[in-house]
Amino acid sequence: MEKIAENKIIEDLMPQQFGKKGMIWVISLLVVCVFGFYAYCRQLYYGLEVTALRDYVSWGIYISNFVFFVAISLVGSLITAVLRLTNVHWSTPLTRIAEIIAVSAIAFASLIIIVDMGRPDRFYNLFIHGRLQSPIIWDVIVISTYLVISLLLLYFPLLPDLKIMIQYKERNGKWLQKLYVFLGSFWKDKPAQFKITTKAIHILSITIIPVAFAIHTVTSWLFATTYRPGWDSTNFGAYFISGAFLVGAGSVLIAMYIFRTQYKLEKYITSEHFNKMGKVVVLLALIYLYFNINEFLVPAFKMKKSEEEHLMGLFTGEFSYIFWFAISASMFLPILILVFKKGRTPKWAFVAGILVVVGSWFKRYLIVTPTLLHPFLPMHDVPKNYMHYFPSWEEWAIAGGSLAGALLVITFFARIFPIIPIHETITETDTHEKV
Amino acid sequence: MKPNENSRREFLAATLLAGAALAGCRTNPFTPDEVTDIKPSGKMVKLLSVDGDIIEVDEAFLKPVPELPVVTNSEARVGIPGKKFAMVIDLSRCKSVKKCQTACNHMHHIHPGQNWIKIYPMQDSEKTAPYWQPTTCMHCDEPPCVKVCPVDATFKRKDGIVLIDSDRCVGCRFCMAACPYSSRVFNWEEPKIEKEIAAQPYSCETSVPQKIGTVGKCDFCPDMIRQGSLPHCVSACPNGVFFFGDILEDSVTNGSETFRFSELIKDKAGYRLMEDLGTKPSVYYLPPVNRNFPFEKEEKNA
Repeated sequence: MEKIAENKIIEDLMPQQFGKKGMIWVISLLVVCVFGFYAYCRQLYYGLEVTALRDYVSWGIYISNFVFFVAISLVGSLITAVLRLTNVHWSTPLTRIAEIIAVSAIAFASLIIIVDMGRPDRFYNLFIHGRLQSPIIWDVIVISTYLVISLLLLYFPLLPDLKIMIQYKERNGKWLQKLYVFLGSFWKDKPAQFKITTKAIHILSITIIPVAFAIHTVTSWLFATTYRPGWDSTNFGAYFISGAFLVGAGSVLIAMYIFRTQYKLEKYITSEHFNKMGKVVVLLALIYLYFNINEFLVPAFKMKKSEEEHLMGLFTGEFSYIFWFAISASMFLPILILVFKKGRTPKWAFVAGILVVVGSWFKRYLIVTPTLLHPFLPMHDVPKNYMHYFPSWEEWAIAGGSLAGALLVITFFARIFPIIPIHETITETDTHEKV
Repeated sequence: MKPNENSRREFLAATLLAGAALAGCRTNPFTPDEVTDIKPSGKMVKLLSVDGDIIEVDEAFLKPVPELPVVTNSEARVGIPGKKFAMVIDLSRCKSVKKCQTACNHMHHIHPGQNWIKIYPMQDSEKTAPYWQPTTCMHCDEPPCVKVCPVDATFKRKDGIVLIDSDRCVGCRFCMAACPYSSRVFNWEEPKIEKEIAAQPYSCETSVPQKIGTVGKCDFCPDMIRQGSLPHCVSACPNGVFFFGDILEDSVTNGSETFRFSELIKDKAGYRLMEDLGTKPSVYYLPPVNRNFPFEKEEKNA
């Protein structure tokens, strides 16, 4: 990195007020959120009847959206922990982006699971009657643990930055100043404080890796612990984890591009970052592809009767369009774009990121729904509309609202806090100079 | 740590208990009802007392005993001691009259359109003969639904029956995903049932009233068993398809015929559904051989 004076760095990286584009973005997200909230109020009033869920397809896009959120949140552990522990320094400017994506995704994963409950008013039963043998309770335990660790991993590296920001009192305005003082006034830049936080971050980086593996493995077990064709697979944990790292890395590509262009951060999120993240995404897409081949080729080779209907539905039947779209968008196309050096430019990396994330969302839908339409005993003695599933508008609105909500959390975070760590950037520039 | 903290906590607990006790006193069970308001009619009725004596009571004092649930919900979780219930379904007798389904839906006040008993037209492969297969809950000895329930809302009793506590169910529907027999249904909307039924307290043994946002399924009618009667489907079937009984007594009956369970299973080559999954169902099937009726696909019987 070329030499940039400290003040210049601070000036560049301080959170900025929303411009016109920013306002439009925030307002449109708010509109989607409010609409989703209205749909949820209807669901609370009328019950899950407002959804298209019925006795056979009893889990739909709420659950696939939940899986998507849990998946995307894994990126926090990938960038902050795995890359930090392996001494990869180029990822420093991306850590906070990854961590806020992780925090907001995991928070909305917990919300969406409450949305899916038939009796959200009895949520407390999970705590007073919880039984440890149910994978749902495992999920409750690991997700809340992951949320806490992620919040701490977001907060600790923020402390030196808060001290810097508290100095700009006039610029911050009354409310933000109060918030910064509340969160970070005890931080005095003392060596002892640095020693403690560095150690704490190190410990958290190590602990978050098994917890991250646990959240998504347990989420895959919600399916794999049942007998159903398409879910009854020993491959599921690894299949879910690899897919999660891929979609998370894809989302980081998108966020990098947007922050870079909107906040003029070209000096900090450089094309070299896109180059490197692009390579990471190719690697992750190849790993995910490997597990997909395992997941589909092996049962397709045998074509057991119970699996046949399900697999044929995906390959050539009812779900084939979504299936091949999801496979190509989340794996083939991004690999094709990013494997070439010319594809690893910011713009193309952004396109690849969008393909990965959109493809992955539909991939989660395909993991949840088609299986439920192929029960062991044929669908019978139920009303006609029980035999199909297409999400109702309330479901779309709520799922869309949750996605918009997650984006809104990230947007507001970037408005309030520096999205690229100021203090770490300064120290890294200094060390560079010394070298 | 601090002694104060402890005593404060005890004080709070004691206050809460005292409050609860006071609240309970408002409806003191020992205060006599407004018996004094009733005027004797002068007409005496002869009754048999609990001691076996014949006593005379004025007719005006007679009050019908309200129908109370036979057992509390905590007793309902334990089950009937010394029993292990099982069902045998004779496929050679079924012609899909669906009387079992109608009786079950009626007695459990199931939401219209949904069924706890389903009667499947089955054909195992292209060249094999079709047959009707009624399914209830299998009341598995290794119930996958009970394994996954996060709140112990669905549970396995000592007498082998799997029941649901609709007052506890959170509606996550994991049990529905876990059950390979598709025997669970969900109350997606407020169940359409009579007001008086809906106002009753829920009983795990009758599974009535069904509640919105919770799961329902066949319960083997433990309330009927306690009264010494057969489950509704068994007594409703005109063709005697369903046999019900106790494996420990080794007998099953459809009301008019009674068999030794072990002999019936041996002689007619009884089997269970999806044995390979290891769920160990309590429902046995007798194969559709020497049938009483031909298989007619037209659902004219429905």
